[in-house]
Amino acid sequence: MLNAILSGDHPRSRILSALLLVIFICLALGPFLFSSTRAFTTLGMICIFIVVVASYDVMLGYTHIVSFAHTMFFGIGAYAVAMTIGAMGNSFGAIGLGILAAVLAATALALLLGLLSLRVKAIFFALVTLAVAFAFMTMVNQLYTITGGEDGLRVRVPRELGPAFRLIENDLYGFSITTFLAGLFTQPWNLGEVIRESVYNVRVNGRVVMYYICFFFSLGMFLFMLRMMNSPFGRVLQAIRENEFRAEALGYRTVYYRTATVVLAAVVTALAGVLFALFNRYVNPENTLDFELMVFILLMCVIGGMGTMYGAVIGATLFLLAENYLQDVLRVLGGYVDGVPLVSGLVGPERWLFWFGLLFVLSVYFFPKGMVGQLRVWADARRRRREESG
Amino acid sequence: MSAQNDTLDQEVVRGFRQRFANFREHRPHLFLLALMIVIPWFFMDLATWFTLTVSGLAMGLMLFIMASGMTLTFGLMSVLNLGHGAFISLGAFSGATVIVFWMNDLAGSGSLGATLLALLAAFVFAMAVSGSLGLLFERFVVRPVYGDHLKQILVTVGGAIIIMELIHVIWGPSEIPVPRPDLLRGAVILDSTVPLIGGAAVETYRLAAVLLGLLVYGVMTWIIDRTKAGILIRAGVESTEMVEIMGYRIKLLFLGVFIAGSALAGLGGAMWSMYQEIITAHMGETLMISVIVVIILGGLGSIKGCFYGAILVGLINLYIGFLAPVFAAVATVGLMVGILMWRPQGLIPVIKV
Repeated sequence: MLNAILSGDHPRSRILSALLLVIFICLALGPFLFSSTRAFTTLGMICIFIVVVASYDVMLGYTHIVSFAHTMFFGIGAYAVAMTIGAMGNSFGAIGLGILAAVLAATALALLLGLLSLRVKAIFFALVTLAVAFAFMTMVNQLYTITGGEDGLRVRVPRELGPAFRLIENDLYGFSITTFLAGLFTQPWNLGEVIRESVYNVRVNGRVVMYYICFFFSLGMFLFMLRMMNSPFGRVLQAIRENEFRAEALGYRTVYYRTATVVLAAVVTALAGVLFALFNRYVNPENTLDFELMVFILLMCVIGGMGTMYGAVIGATLFLLAENYLQDVLRVLGGYVDGVPLVSGLVGPERWLFWFGLLFVLSVYFFPKGMVGQLRVWADARRRRREESG
Repeated sequence: MSAQNDTLDQEVVRGFRQRFANFREHRPHLFLLALMIVIPWFFMDLATWFTLTVSGLAMGLMLFIMASGMTLTFGLMSVLNLGHGAFISLGAFSGATVIVFWMNDLAGSGSLGATLLALLAAFVFAMAVSGSLGLLFERFVVRPVYGDHLKQILVTVGGAIIIMELIHVIWGPSEIPVPRPDLLRGAVILDSTVPLIGGAAVETYRLAAVLLGLLVYGVMTWIIDRTKAGILIRAGVESTEMVEIMGYRIKLLFLGVFIAGSALAGLGGAMWSMYQEIITAHMGETLMISVIVVIILGGLGSIKGCFYGAILVGLINLYIGFLAPVFAAVATVGLMVGILMWRPQGLIPVIKV
């Protein structure tokens, strides 16, 4: 059963399995485990970005195609649904039309990009996509009459997905893990009080419904891509990655496979973009199209582990947690070195990206397979040691 | 008789077409340049055209200075340095520091000697800072990943983030206005008696940028065509192993070219800072797009191609920016796409990628 769901591609490391299980439970029960709005938003973003990073990994990790236009497709999805809702009002029909438009536009553009730049050699693809994505962003910024320019668009979601809608009339109970853990460490002697304090009421409104749409979309897409990468198609992609010449000699039209990969990744990301617009309810170039976002996706993919679908889960979770909470940690650290000229500048809360950049470069050198790859290497070594000792 | 004339005419026409086709195929850079310069004549009056052309040349030459380093590192060591933009930003900030904070009096004095001194100091400082950072960058970031394009892309993007954050730490997160030296403000207005282009106005700074850009191109061509180092570079582009076999230390050559490329990026950034009169840490990222278009257009690794590519990009930016400002960035990328369809290897390819 589990074998079928995971398409025979198991985590193959105990620590990794444990991590994935924790992430899965936290995401599945998200609104019932974390009470703050900030945590709720972060969880939703993790769900969406797992899909974005996993589809990027299909290109980068499995086929070694470096694309810098992934945010462009993400933005196409987000803007398509924002614009159809803006034009047709907040109905599900508008969302459906937006999805259709996003898929069509993403497919067309990806085909164009693929046919144009996979004609020339692979390294061009990175450069061409970078330039095209930038031109797209400039267009969105300039055509402010339909895209809202730098101010972006507000997305009025249907009532069923908004905070005013109640799916279940009565409140449900949630159990706040953060309160519980904090209480457990500060006052372990009155456990009953801590537990009573951790319980809170959850209103099952349209936001929670939206969250679960994101969650199940993310789960479904993830398993779909996992299946895809463990199918004969995925094997061909990996063959192209390892030795393109040989794959071609074996009779595979590598250009078609690469183009198919680019199109697949583009469509999946565009769908994730649609959900982003609906969940975030606000779309602008900075949160969907910016080059910085593109670099973030790259970081998530590489730190998690290229060429492993699980790397996308680990990478996206870790990065978004860092983006939202590392600043707090740095603020605390910054308190200790206040007054030291250069160091205090480096430890300030705005400088979290500096540390992540450093971590990124170091991880490319020392853990080129990312966290997932490294965990698997350790697990393999352990298994071998145990076999040797009997 | 008339039949003979017809065949003669046809032969003349055919000969002309043959020559034209030859020209188009063998000198695509000149063909495109001529096309680019002539087409706008139909859309604007000649005085405007002249102003735009000089401005486009200025922008193109600054782009050339920034892009030449990147195309050389790619041609010689096959390193795709996506962190190049960070060196541009760094050069801009270093140059601006000299002009705005250290030598403000000299730059504002209005006398030729003092202005030149301040400018020279700014440019030299910008080149020194980004060049020495280039040394560290090659040593610690790029060298471990020679020969692996994927890792190069990843590592240099990461390195660029680090440099950009360091700029934030040192200079602060806000934009810095960079006033031009007094002498370079204002514009030169052509006398209205000059035929066709009379009354055209050209900003002084852009003229200066054109002169400096041509100077850099000249010096660079001279180094590459006439000196020992240039021969080694050209040989290295052809085959690095062969150069090594001849007993030259190829690593030293790599290092030298990387430092020179970084320093040129810094120089370009410093020039650009005074052109825009405002700088942010992210300016390098934005400029990287044009730089990438330029080096793809020219054919990766070719200095001459880079020069013509940069001028084409500068011109199309200014022309389209005048005719339909919304589409300036799209036109730049459109130019690249069109040229790639026509010649997938770029205008003047030197290496087989």
